[in-house]
Amino acid sequence: MKPSTLRHPARSLLHAIFSTHHRNVGFGYLAISFIAVAIGTLLSLAMRLHLTWPAWHFPLHGLILPEEYLALVTMHGTLMLFFVLTVAPQSGFGNLILPSQIGSRRMSFPRLNALSMWLTALALAVLLAAFFVPGGAPMGGWTSLPPLSATPLAGPGEGLGMDLWLASIAIFCIASTISATNTLTTIVKLRCNGMRWERLPLTVWGWFTAALLSVIAFSVLLAAILLLFSDRHLHTGFFLPSNDLINGVLLQHRGDGSPLLWLHLFWFFGHPEVYIAILPGMGLTSMVLANFSRRRIPGYRLMILTTLLIGFLGILVWGHHMFVAGLNPFAGTAFSISTMAIAIPSFAKVVSWLTTVWGSHRTPSSAAATSRFPTPMLFALGFVSFFIAGGVSGPILAQPILDEYLHSTFFVVAHFHLIMSMAGLFGIFCAIYYWAPLLIHRTLSEPLGKLHFWGTLIGAYSTFLPMHFTGLAGEPRHYAQLNGLAGPGMTLLQSTMPLQRHITIGAIGLALAQLPFLLNLILTLLRPAQPFDNPWNATTLEWAPGSLNLHPSNQSPVVHRGPCQYTASGENFLTQWSELTPSQPKPE
Amino acid sequence: MPPTLTPPEIDRHHHISDGNNGHKPPTDKRTGGNGDGDGDNWNNRPQGHRGPRERLAQARIGLFFALGGDLMFFIALVSVFFVTKASGHFDAYSHFINEWLPTAIPSILWLNTAILLLSSVTAEAARRTMFREHDAMDEWFGIGRPITRRATLWLSLTLLLGGFFLIGQWVAWDQLAAQHVFFRSNPSSHFFYLITVTHAVHLFLGIVALIAALMILQLSRSLSTRQVFVDTTVWYWHVMGILWVFLFLLLVYGQ
Repeated sequence: MKPSTLRHPARSLLHAIFSTHHRNVGFGYLAISFIAVAIGTLLSLAMRLHLTWPAWHFPLHGLILPEEYLALVTMHGTLMLFFVLTVAPQSGFGNLILPSQIGSRRMSFPRLNALSMWLTALALAVLLAAFFVPGGAPMGGWTSLPPLSATPLAGPGEGLGMDLWLASIAIFCIASTISATNTLTTIVKLRCNGMRWERLPLTVWGWFTAALLSVIAFSVLLAAILLLFSDRHLHTGFFLPSNDLINGVLLQHRGDGSPLLWLHLFWFFGHPEVYIAILPGMGLTSMVLANFSRRRIPGYRLMILTTLLIGFLGILVWGHHMFVAGLNPFAGTAFSISTMAIAIPSFAKVVSWLTTVWGSHRTPSSAAATSRFPTPMLFALGFVSFFIAGGVSGPILAQPILDEYLHSTFFVVAHFHLIMSMAGLFGIFCAIYYWAPLLIHRTLSEPLGKLHFWGTLIGAYSTFLPMHFTGLAGEPRHYAQLNGLAGPGMTLLQSTMPLQRHITIGAIGLALAQLPFLLNLILTLLRPAQPFDNPWNATTLEWAPGSLNLHPSNQSPVVHRGPCQYTASGENFLTQWSELTPSQPKPE
Repeated sequence: MPPTLTPPEIDRHHHISDGNNGHKPPTDKRTGGNGDGDGDNWNNRPQGHRGPRERLAQARIGLFFALGGDLMFFIALVSVFFVTKASGHFDAYSHFINEWLPTAIPSILWLNTAILLLSSVTAEAARRTMFREHDAMDEWFGIGRPITRRATLWLSLTLLLGGFFLIGQWVAWDQLAAQHVFFRSNPSSHFFYLITVTHAVHLFLGIVALIAALMILQLSRSLSTRQVFVDTTVWYWHVMGILWVFLFLLLVYGQ
């Protein structure tokens, strides 16, 4: 932020809001994510409560109708996927931390960067506006599958609500492409002296790969949205089969469109999107585990390679979302193989994480890290745990013959919530606890952090693990109600009700487990700011003295080695910016 | 066990090197910019700045990443083009019906294409004048602003030709409309309009960029700023020209 001569707090707030400094932009992204995650969580709780007690009248609303349930599904998915899991790790921390981690005092295109943040905020506002228009929010799911997303005939939210959804996501696509361009250029051109490619921290590699995927994927979604928009309003039929009947009305469109075509375009975006959400967390997990284990990362170059490989393979696997959508079986086989190939670099990652922490019984000699498992380390381990727990169901779903049974069940819900949502969430929390001294100039409380961790871990597993079982029992996704109806299928679903109640209580627990975090944040912000000097004894450049706010008159840092250089004892370590002699342990 | 997994080479080697495990010699090759080696700081630039072309290189790289995304946009459109062209349905008598009727290409598009290619030539001429050392020296010595003068001429020509292209596209749409070929007429006409209109939107952005570059040429005193604006605008213009040739050939021979 420019040194402001204006003393008035409102003026300086305005100054901060319209600043193009990457820190302000990063906090703006985090604020967007925070709003989205709060609303998205409430929506998911409403869904759970309705599934468990369908006759319950919500205060201020009343009974949830089936179409309202679908609107909840749609908005929950859209908010969480786009505005939380994409925005917070990639754009939020990518702005707050990335420049100082590569020794730059700024991003390449500060104005475009700020523009992209404001476009993202606009996209969120447009999306949330869908709740308040006639017909309400769209109900097509976050994938908005045509033909039902292509016509207002399909249901109440598919009119103006769907148009707002399309507008919101189109704006989001443009914002993400701009932001990714900025990130890529910054990494390519603004690394400080000595910061060679192989010396980049794995977090930077995560951001780099995710930004490459953003540039490739989001424009394809934009094209798909353009086509769907013209299907809705310009009488084309790209995604509409000829003479389709929707709600008893014949659609008189020329052309022989195909809903499968939308699936191809959407998932060409959608699958890279989940890697955009998870890759920064993967990189951070590697760095945090190494830092608190005081270990070098085994196979550092291999870890760079696997990051890129996961990104590359992530582009080639979109068809595995379409096994039951009428995809050619031969294509299904190809996509099945490429999908299972992702297990190879993912396994390499897991092995690297486990070997980094295995048997590392060293206490970091630091005042802030008094225990073997400080909160950021716990969240990184939680990331690994969810990545494994959600990952093992990946190769199961990658087989068309198994997916045929499981695809439309809660098994898939369990899979992607564990591997993407919970792992992604734990990555975000890990980032917040680890970088808190850089973000808010204070360390967060450890006891509250641990309470937050264990509460979230137990809440997450008790919410999402049982979904595997209800899914195997045949519980379909997108069904608003599981009981109170007739027929043998419904008897089967009725039998899952005890587990459903367990899941709902788990979800409420998961939401309540965030209260210690909020309390922690508030209490910490009430404390005065502490001066800090690399409290985690980290080796990467963002912890270098003064790297947070490099003044133009300062010497820009020079990097002498890769990150994570610890001695075997773990006591001594070489930071990336220090001269050749290993630094001595700091006096307590 | 742990030592075999995490070789403690800085324990062994810290007196001779920073422990790069036998890979490359630990010379600190400068990266991330145009080098910061011995003695190439001839203009005594401040620490952390990477020389006269730093901003230009950044702008170019950013532009090419963004254009990579743009390319994916058109790849998606063209993929849908081929899918739609090949798809049909079976009617009640089990006849396969494909409603695709190729849209006749108005012949003015050939002229437009030639104009756009010519505009790329003038744009390139403008771009090259930005980097002529003689002119830069003239300006350095205070003998007028030859770079701005020449570049303004070439860029104005480009702007004119680009405007002609857009008008020509408008005429083409008009001619098709006169033949009752509209956006909604046929699957192939959807694509004719989608492709030409999205490209025209991109070209319109190029014209905005040209106007911005022309203004910067007049207003900015920094040669580096003028170079950045003209150079990126022209590269964008070239890419849109090449893209148009590809899209046009697709419409002519691919339908």
